Amino acid sequence: MIARDRMSKLASNLVLLAIGVLFVLPLLWVLFASINRTAGLRVEFPTHPTLGNFRAVLNTDTTYRPVLNGIILCGGAALLTMVCAVLAAYPLSRFRTRFNRPFLLTVLFCTGLPITAVMVPVYGLFVQLNLVDTLGGTIMFMATASLPFAIWLTKTFMDGVPLSLEEAAWVDGAGNMRALWAIVLPLMWPGIAVVLIFTFIGMWGNFFVPFMLLLSPERLPASVSIFTFFGQYGEPNYGQLAAYSLIYTTPVLLLYLLLSRKLGGAFALGGAIKG
Amino acid sequence: MTTTVAPTSTAAAGTPSRRPRGAKLVRMLPLSPAIGLMLVFLAGPIIYCVYAAFTNMALTGTGAANVKFVGLDNFRKAFSSGAFTNSIWLTLVFTVISAIIGQNTLGLGLSLLMRRSTKVVRNFVGTAVIGAWVLPEVVAAYLLSAFFNDDGTLNVMLHAVGLPGQDWLYAAPIIAVSLANIWRGTAFSMLVYSAALSEIPKEIEESAEMDGAGGWRRLIFVTLPMITRAIMTNLMLITLQTLSVFGLIYAMTRGGPGTKSQTLPLYMYEQAFSFSQIGYGTAIALVMLAIGAVFSLIYLRGLNSEAA
Repeated sequence: MIARDRMSKLASNLVLLAIGVLFVLPLLWVLFASINRTAGLRVEFPTHPTLGNFRAVLNTDTTYRPVLNGIILCGGAALLTMVCAVLAAYPLSRFRTRFNRPFLLTVLFCTGLPITAVMVPVYGLFVQLNLVDTLGGTIMFMATASLPFAIWLTKTFMDGVPLSLEEAAWVDGAGNMRALWAIVLPLMWPGIAVVLIFTFIGMWGNFFVPFMLLLSPERLPASVSIFTFFGQYGEPNYGQLAAYSLIYTTPVLLLYLLLSRKLGGAFALGGAIKG
Repeated sequence: MTTTVAPTSTAAAGTPSRRPRGAKLVRMLPLSPAIGLMLVFLAGPIIYCVYAAFTNMALTGTGAANVKFVGLDNFRKAFSSGAFTNSIWLTLVFTVISAIIGQNTLGLGLSLLMRRSTKVVRNFVGTAVIGAWVLPEVVAAYLLSAFFNDDGTLNVMLHAVGLPGQDWLYAAPIIAVSLANIWRGTAFSMLVYSAALSEIPKEIEESAEMDGAGGWRRLIFVTLPMITRAIMTNLMLITLQTLSVFGLIYAMTRGGPGTKSQTLPLYMYEQAFSFSQIGYGTAIALVMLAIGAVFSLIYLRGLNSEAA
């Protein structure tokens, strides 16, 4: 029995390792190519590692401005999402009305809608409202697109905060908003952080929305401006592309690490989603 | 998600419900920013979509000068067009291969294997899979374009074991983007299933083992039935996500070569913007929304019947 257990454990490990290697190989390419001056398309460790690719892309037009645009766009949209989601989650979590259930079901239904499909009419709407190529308009749309999921998650986290403390505050004459700000939010800040970071990560990688709604090169975030590496003149410089990809990816990697180390975030999210 | 309504009721039990109607409305006021945004930027476009799909709206030509109602023409045109049926077919292939078979099975397999593996291996594989998931869509697309390219790593590996290589993005673009989507999306299923499996009490599996149930039988008769809900939820969610994948395919192949990897979102984009046929493009968008809505409703029903 014990020998069989050993065998099965060994087999599990080997199969897992094989899958893990397949997942790692494409990731290795970006790491090696970024320090290779003559990077090609295959995984190979450069004979003369160099930071030249990073030096070449670290300038205003290629990196600094798109990353800054991305921070403004995604940061602004994630904050807007969070404020609206917290405000909306409070009455949904705290008061029972006939309105709650249909509203929550609608929200859940919206989380399933393919946002990609809405983009054509959204573009039409933006033309009508004169919002095409404005950061403000794009921020509002991105915030709306992630609102349903954010409301849902925030409400789930808020439901975990016991009501008794608030009741004491209500007795002391605190209003709802004061109770929310002073009692509920401090108790659920890990949940807030999880929702905020996840919303931000989702937006940071979003390509289609800014690609459609923003036009001027000086407003494009990093997710779209990466296309400039593929000019009209044949092969792109893969080394620089890899270096740029790494710089563009770093913020979400750091946020994700923060999430999983400090907040148990991904796991909590898996639990919240699985139903 | 099962407990959607339950906490609300306990919360409500503590609140005085004898307040006048006006006060009740004031309490719901914090919902207004969210509702406002969703009405303008979500409900608005959807309603507009329903309207525009029945017109000949366009950015250039006659449809630009005077928009008029054309009834079901756009849909007739779509369903009789080879490019549209091609994109429906490709979307189906993409969804079945990459979501239903690939991400779902691989995610379940990984989470099952991880329970009986050593910590080092578990952490290594978990990090690699989640790393692929955290990468921005476009970056993932470039990494995998390089991987599948004629000079890419996949062919190097195939040559090493004596198999012939080819340019996968030309020879089998829809397979290449499907594999790319598996690479990128498996982490989600893995996390969902890991969370679900961690909730199965150890005793149940142990007693099944005592009764002499072997590995596979234990999996099929004990473990899987206990996570049916997670499986259904996960399938629904990844199907919906996969239906609307745009950036990954666009950055890898632009729908090409020709239209060999042009799924529904890419076809819609091409019609609406490259060819300026907004009316026709929104008709396709409406078809996509309808497909999404059907899946979403099935998903809701599933959750609801379980909760009741």
